[in-house]
This record gives sequence, C-alpha cells and structure tokens, in this order.
Amino acid sequence: MEMFDVVILGAGIVGAACARECALAGLRVGIVEPAVPGGAASAAGMGHLVVIDDSPAQLALSHYSRDLWRGLSSALPSRVEYQESGTLWVAANAEEMAEVHSKRLTHSRLGIASEVLDELALREAEPNLRQGLPGALRVPNDGVIYPPAAVAYFLSSAEQHGARLIRGSAAVRAGKGEVVLADGTRLGTGRIVIATGIDVRLCPWLKVQPRKGHLVITDRYPGFAHHQIVELGYLKSTQNLAADSVAFNLQPRKTGQLLIGSSRQYGELAGKADAEILRTMLDRAVEYVPALRSLSVVRVWTGFRAATSDKLPLIGPTPDESVLVAMGFEGLGITNAFGAARLILHHLTGTHVPLDPAPFLPTRTRAIEAQYA
Amino acid sequence: MNHAFEIVVVGAGPAGLAAATAAGFAGSRVALLDDNPHVGGQIWRSSIGESRQNRAKAFVVARFEASGASLFRGCQVVDANPAGHLSAWVEATQAWETFSFERLIIATGARERFLPFPGWTLPGVFGAGGLQALVRGGFDIRGKRIAVAGTGPLLLAVAAHLKKDGADIALVAEQAPLQRLMAFGLNLFSRPAKLFQGIRLRAELAGVPYRAGCWPVAAERERNLQAVQFSNGLHTWTEHCDLLACGFHLVPNTELAILLGCIVGDHGVQIDTNQQTSIPNLYCAGEPTGIAGVDAAMLQGEIAGLAACGLAASAARLHRKRDAHAAFGRAMDRAFALRNELRTLSEPDTIVCRCEDVRFAQLKAHATPQSGWTDAKLQTRCGMGPCQGRVCGPAVNALFGWRNTSVRSPLFPIPIVALCSAPLSTTEVEIPDVLENYL
Amino acid sequence: MLEVDDSSSTTVDVYVNGKQVRMPKGAMLAAALLNAGAACRVSETGESRTALCGMGICFECRASVNGAPHQRTCQIVCREGMRVRTQL
Repeated sequence: MEMFDVVILGAGIVGAACARECALAGLRVGIVEPAVPGGAASAAGMGHLVVIDDSPAQLALSHYSRDLWRGLSSALPSRVEYQESGTLWVAANAEEMAEVHSKRLTHSRLGIASEVLDELALREAEPNLRQGLPGALRVPNDGVIYPPAAVAYFLSSAEQHGARLIRGSAAVRAGKGEVVLADGTRLGTGRIVIATGIDVRLCPWLKVQPRKGHLVITDRYPGFAHHQIVELGYLKSTQNLAADSVAFNLQPRKTGQLLIGSSRQYGELAGKADAEILRTMLDRAVEYVPALRSLSVVRVWTGFRAATSDKLPLIGPTPDESVLVAMGFEGLGITNAFGAARLILHHLTGTHVPLDPAPFLPTRTRAIEAQYA
Repeated sequence: MNHAFEIVVVGAGPAGLAAATAAGFAGSRVALLDDNPHVGGQIWRSSIGESRQNRAKAFVVARFEASGASLFRGCQVVDANPAGHLSAWVEATQAWETFSFERLIIATGARERFLPFPGWTLPGVFGAGGLQALVRGGFDIRGKRIAVAGTGPLLLAVAAHLKKDGADIALVAEQAPLQRLMAFGLNLFSRPAKLFQGIRLRAELAGVPYRAGCWPVAAERERNLQAVQFSNGLHTWTEHCDLLACGFHLVPNTELAILLGCIVGDHGVQIDTNQQTSIPNLYCAGEPTGIAGVDAAMLQGEIAGLAACGLAASAARLHRKRDAHAAFGRAMDRAFALRNELRTLSEPDTIVCRCEDVRFAQLKAHATPQSGWTDAKLQTRCGMGPCQGRVCGPAVNALFGWRNTSVRSPLFPIPIVALCSAPLSTTEVEIPDVLENYL
Repeated sequence: MLEVDDSSSTTVDVYVNGKQVRMPKGAMLAAALLNAGAACRVSETGESRTALCGMGICFECRASVNGAPHQRTCQIVCREGMRVRTQL
C-alpha cells in the first residue's frame, strides 16, 4: 500500500494549490482526481483574482491570497495568462457611490491600493460603459488568470517535488489513516484534505450547496474593455442565499475575448443553460455596456460554485483531526485557493500564516458540532 | 416570429428538399429551413450567373416548390429540443425565427474534413469543396494553376469544375493507393449511373495528371505562388501552383443531432429503417447518417419525409435502393480511408486548431494514457473557438482518436442582442463603427 | 425577409479596405476579398488567414462588414456599397 504524509482529494484549483504547498514543504503528497484536473468549477469560472470586502474575514483572506498570486505572477508560465488588469466596482447611483467611498476607506486601512474614479474618469477608463454612471472604485492590483492552466502548473510543480497524481478513480472512503478509491486502491496516509468542490459525499455534514452560474464568452474585441468591471450589486447577489439573482460582471481576457456574467441559482442541478436567466443576465450587462449588444457570442456555459451558509469557505480540520477540508469557496475559488493552501499547510505543519484561521474553521458550523456531540 | 408546423426539416440540400417535398405532397404542414440564401446545400450550391442549371437540382427544386412546403432561408438553427422547439437566428434581420414542431427531420449535410500539414493555414490553401464553393461565389480563378489534393470522389468533381471555370489543373493527388481505387472502381460496375459519372469526369479532366497514392506534405508561399511538396511514400517532389485545393473526403454535420440527444455512432447519426433516430419524433436523412452521396441523400430524405407523416409503409419501396446506396457509402469510406502517413504530417509547430492557433506539439502532449481530449481542450482551448471544433474535431480524431462530442447551444455564434429581451429594431441598434478599431 | 434586388445592373461594387472591387451580382463577399487579393483576418498568433471551407463553418473568412466585426464573408452576398475591412 502506497504511503503518503497527506492525500488531497480533488485536483481543482484548491486541491492543486494545496498539493503544491505541501509538496514544497517537503511532505509526501498524493492527489486523487477521478475526472479531469481543473475540469469542474475551476474551468467554468472567470478566473478573477479579486479582493472582496463583504466581511473582515473575507477581506483578509482574499487580500492575502490575491497578493500571493501577485508574488508568484512572474514565475507563472504564459499559458496561465496572468494579467493585472484591475477591477472597477461600478456605482449606478448615489447610494452605491457612497459605498464606493467607504470601500476605499476599508481598502486603504489595510494597505490595499484603490482609487475613486468620478464620472469623467470612469468614462475615460472604460469608454464603453454607459453615460451617467457616477463613478467607480478602481482596484488596480486585482487580476485575471486562465485557471485550468494554473491548475496544471500547480500540479506539475507539486509533482516536481515528489507529489503523485492518481487519476481515474474517486475516493469512496477517507479517514483513519487511509483513503480507499472506487477501483479498490488503498492509500495509506497521515492526513487527508478534502477539496472536492460541490461533491460532499465524503463530508455530507458540511453545509455546502451547489450554486449554478452562467457565463458567456464573446469573440475577440481587443481593447473593448480594460478592467474587470463589476457592478456593486454583485456583492448583494452573492449574499442572497435564497433567490435567483444576476449581477453584471465583465472580464476582458488576454485574447481580447470578453467573459460576461454573472448569475446565481440555488437548488438548480441541471447543467443546461437557462434561457430566462441568461436573458436577465445579459439584459443587465447591456444596461451597463450598451455596445455589448453587437458582440458575437461564441459559447455559453454553466458551472456550479460551492456555497456555504455564511459565505466564508471551510478551511481546516474536522472533528477528526486527520481529516481536513478546503471547501465552499463560492465565487472565490480561484482567488482564495492560494491563501487556503497556506492555511491548510498551517493546520498540517504549524507554519505561520498572517491571518486568523478561526473564521474559516469547519467546526464553526453547528451542524458538525451536533454531529460529533 | 414564432411558427407552428407539423414537420420541420433542417437543411435544404438534396435530403432536406426530398424530405420536405414528400411530406408536403402528403399533406402535412412542413417548414424547410436553411442558413444559406439559396436552396441546394453544398453539392447543389448555386453558381452566380449560372446559365444552365443542374438538371437534377432543377427537377427537385421544382417539385419542392409544388409541394406546399414553406421555405425559410437565411435561418441558422442555434438551439433545439426534442420536446418540439427550435430556434433559428436570422442574421439579415437580426431577429429570431422560432418553430414548434411535432416531428423534426435533420438534414444538415456534411462538411469537408481537413487534416493539418505544414503550411496548410497559408492564404492560397483552400479546401477542395471549399475552393469550389468560393469559385461558385465569384472567386475568379481564370488562368490560375491549381493543385487539387486529398481524398475522395469530391476531388475529381472539384477539378472538373475548376477546369471548366478557366483554371489550369496541375494535378489531382489522391492519397488512396491505386489498388484500393481499382477495387472501388470495380465496385462501380455494379452501379452503372455512377460508373458513367466517373467516366465523364475522367473525360473532362483529360490531360490532367491524376496520381493515386500521393499526398501533400508541406506548402510554402514564395511570393504569390504556392510551392506544394507531395510525397508518394518513396520520394517527394514540388509542384508550383497558384492555389492548393485540399480536402480529405467528408464528415457528417451531426452537431444538431447531438444537441438534441440522438445517439451518434462513428459513421453518423443512428437511424432505423424509417430514418428515425433514437428519439422517436426526430428523423435524420442524408450525409449526417453516413457519407453516401446525393442519390442516397434524396432517397433517405423521401423516406424520412413519408415516415414523419406516418406513411412509413409507403416508403418501403425505396428501402432496397436506399440500402444499396448506404452500402456504396461504406465502400467509399473503405476506398478513401486515410493512410497512416497522413496522421504524421504535422511538425511540432503545425497549427491544428485554427481558431485558437493550437499547435500539434501542444496537443500531442495530451495523447497519453494519463491525459486525453478533455484535458487537451481545457489546457489549450482547442475546439473552443468560433468553429466549435468543426475543423479541428475531425483532425484530432484522425490524429489522436479523440472524439469531440460536447455540443452546446448556440450551435453557431450569435450576437448578444439575440440573447437579450426583445432585440431592438435595426434602426435603434447602430453597430458602432468604432468596434472595428478593436481589431 | 431577404431583399429582392431589382436594379438592372449585373454587377455590384463593394469596397475592400477602401479599394473598389466589382463583382457579379449575387457574388459572395469572400470571393470579393479573394479577387482583391486581401487576406481576411489575423490569427491568434499573427498568421494571415483567408477562407478555407467556403461554407460557413471554419470562420477563417471573418472580416468587418459595414462596421460589424467578425462577419463570415462567405455567407454574405455582395450588396452595392458594402464596406469590408480586413485585419490586414
């Protein structure tokens, strides 16, 4: 039976990032991936690296993680397409403009670079935005990557440091020093990290719900947009835990293609695109950027984010200390993967992390406490 | 606009025309849709200023026009579901035409198969059927020296057509070995009409070198000339010409069938003796069921049209001929099967996916037991461009055995306005000239 | 619906990158580009590309037509005065 120090279940961006951290730290790492590495939520999303301030814990994690990405950016191969295009949080009215200013204060207190753009400056920054928007917050150090390539890079980096990727079979049991795969393979291991996205079969007590999203990608229009553009209502959309919602989000890729989102639906498990949601989503997009109307749509797809009930991911040990989870990243899987990997390494080996792990502990949810009471 | 029909036929080539005609004469309310401005599909594509029309086409079109079926041109089908709804986008009017149907007949035809080789993406290199289509559309090739290469009966037809339009044909290079062609030729004796067609083509091409067992290995552009290197496995030589027309037989357009959930095998859409697919109210006729030529397409179309009207029994008289043509199609597949050398023409930097400029080496890296097509697509974006794998799909299938079966709506690119509420009328939407500056 | 062109002329003038190209009525725009010797687009890694398939599935013949980018020129009938800009 092959022996590991840690076996990571799931080779999405989070699992791959964890594998790399652990392997670089000298641990003997196994990664179990039944399907295609980076092929699920990691492939479906926009690939944005964005600081989100909807709670102090989220702000701390996303800031920390985003800056880890920035630090690695020069080492990332070109196919990862790292771009520091920045984010524009666009205000549609006076109320949202006030939010822009308060965000700026929050950011500056933590040393996160940002600037307020007034109506004129916003038009200069993004000429295709409609007239009459009072302004935006520009966060210049936010970025974009192409996640599947980042996953491949993390995995190959881990493999170069001795990690082993085991493909083709899912884990059916994990715990008590062992991982058993569907094909009967047994892996001996000290610790286990579950990073399986919306698949909670091995940890059903985790309150993680799939949250369906739609994305549209256009043909190439280089220079059409320069920043990732997000409406301030995006945050309200992520916070809405019950109803379907859309929020405008536009992202230019290095190729010149534009990614347009976003939508959130609970309780919807079918992968097929929903014409109604798509219509609502694109109506909203066209409100902000009218010239989008004539752009050519090349593909439409859906993906499933893993959402928790308090909008924070679950990172850390379960009541069974040998089993850790890195789950529930909702729309911030790409951004927070790096920080999550450092937190996981901290939990495994005690390495220092410059942020408080407590808000992310899986044991914070009452359901687990009840289960293990 | 929304339309309700009993039967909708997608594709107005020979199969679709035959299907709509049969169903129309049987009294059903039928709609025939095509994305082109004219009917005829590819094989009967209109030439501009065509004085003498193809007689078979003229006859079929006349019958169609008398059948009572409704024709919708310029309609590109981008979405459909077997519950009985289909959406087509009309570029010319920037509007949707949606259809509800009780039964659907898929007659989406075929497209050329392209295989990569060094230089195949250069201007001056066209598909074989591709060049013919462009010439029919007004490309002036008088006096141009053209090499025709690849595989399949299409090459001879293309060469004959180009010659008639004033080109000088340098050679027709057929990759199939002479022995296999002879065997296929003998096969033709059992089909007199096809034999005659073959002889007539040869006569038209009198004086044109027809070489079996050779294939293009590289194309280079020297000033405005193509220098195409050919090989027969023993030695290589260079042909100088203005244009290279190169295509490797045909592959079925099965995207709509896959989107609808029909079972699709290696040769095409799975159908029963009544041209019914694995989904009861969906039928398929012509090339999507397997490449077999225009006569097969027309027979299958008629059978499908009758079956869709509940008159399958009256189509029984056509089955024997239809099956004979299907057998001919399979014989064609065998005769023109791709030789192994064609799979290794690419150099590491030869482009395989033209939409995304993905090179052979990038894809080959995933041709391992630990990887595969899905990995390759994700990592390289091969197949994720506007053509949605229509060009690179058959190529990676030939090169690596990968099958591109993931099909999603929209089947063809559409403007964002199509997916929004109530597209504005053309007077309200000014396509900003400034968009041009983004290119 | 598709327009009926009832002018008596048998030719149509289109403009490829500003240059006048005379085509027979009913000709496709991609043919005009080819007759003018113009490539259609520039690929992801900078290659010059022209039409390949002639039937609207390869997307290599895309050019900007009357200001609208990424139009498949092999699917567009030449109309008097059409302006085509290629990526050169």
